[in-house]
Amino acid sequence: MKAIVIDDSRTMRRIISSILKGVGYEVLEAGDGREALDILTENPDTDLCCIDWNMPVMDGLSFVIEVRASREWRNTTLMMVTTESERGQIVKALAAGAHEYLIKPFTPEAILQKLELLGLLPIEENA
Amino acid sequence: MSITQENFQFIADLVRARSAIALAPGKEYLVESRLSKFARDEGVTVDQYVTRRRTAMSHSDTELIVEALTTNETSWFRDSQPFTALSGHILPALTQTRGTLGSLRIWSAACSTGQEPYSIAMTLKQYFAQSAYQPQAEILATDLSQQVIDQAMTGRYSQLEVNRGLPAANLVQYFDRRGTEWEISAELRAMVRFRRHNLLDPAPVGGPFDVVFLRNVLIYFDVPTKLKVLRTVHGALRPGGFLVLGAAETTVGLDDSWDRVTVGRSSIYQKAAITA
Repeated sequence: MKAIVIDDSRTMRRIISSILKGVGYEVLEAGDGREALDILTENPDTDLCCIDWNMPVMDGLSFVIEVRASREWRNTTLMMVTTESERGQIVKALAAGAHEYLIKPFTPEAILQKLELLGLLPIEENA
Repeated sequence: MSITQENFQFIADLVRARSAIALAPGKEYLVESRLSKFARDEGVTVDQYVTRRRTAMSHSDTELIVEALTTNETSWFRDSQPFTALSGHILPALTQTRGTLGSLRIWSAACSTGQEPYSIAMTLKQYFAQSAYQPQAEILATDLSQQVIDQAMTGRYSQLEVNRGLPAANLVQYFDRRGTEWEISAELRAMVRFRRHNLLDPAPVGGPFDVVFLRNVLIYFDVPTKLKVLRTVHGALRPGGFLVLGAAETTVGLDDSWDRVTVGRSSIYQKAAITA
């Protein structure tokens, strides 16, 4: 499973990446939406993008709109992970094509429960 | 940084021996997050913490660890399977045997702070949204603790609570933002009644029920008590009604008055349609 963590905060990228790696994801990181589109172009097999809203160059909502406009990435699941917590913002992101929405701050369990909802939590069979 | 398979297995064996709760592979994250506080107190990683406990474990350590891993963390649509079974099997089966469902009564026993009954309410709303008729649905939610009942009745949840297992689409459909909290909508609140109830007492008024959710409760009881509670629930169900238990629980080998029905990866239990 492959994920791209898109956030302009290095600390936040590290936190989310380590949770995803912990359940077996290969993780790539991007500091804004434009950089993420470049990474996604090179990695069309990406399963999941965790997307911050407020970022320089290209924000998270614009990134979601760009990704949904292309058929090539129709199998990529998009999850907003942001401090934006107004109801209207959540509606807007879902309408633009985000599959899920997680509000910061969150616990590691909350992110994994979202993955479970999305059918994107890998189960390790080796025990 | 993450826990080794060996240490995970050690904790899983300990928890299973003490609580009959199975921590399946894939639940490493649960061990990591629940034990992180203890590890932090000692300034070590969770893996190091477990390694230490494997050589020297006091009785209170055992209690702490088992409690941390078995405490009912209430999340929305917890374990997801029971809700899939409700919309995918139980509601169609009840509709088929009863023709149209004029009324539908569901008992959420041990409802804690309300996430389960409200998740049931959301499942019903979505199921009957496609349907030509709307049954009169009543959900009775009970718990032993007045404190959690009081909290559930406020219908308000923190940001952290709505992050846990609740699909974002449901959040915007069924909740309103109130300051830093989210309040469940009036239409869902109208479907649920909360009441304090002890499972060792006779069934609460409000039955007979079509479905009873009794999840992760029986595991805490000894065999005679389990049987007593199962008899109470059996008596409170309509013929053909369904019982939903927790993933680690079963009636099999305890009480043979139920038919086990396998739905996907979970089991539900049905009371015989015609009782002798």
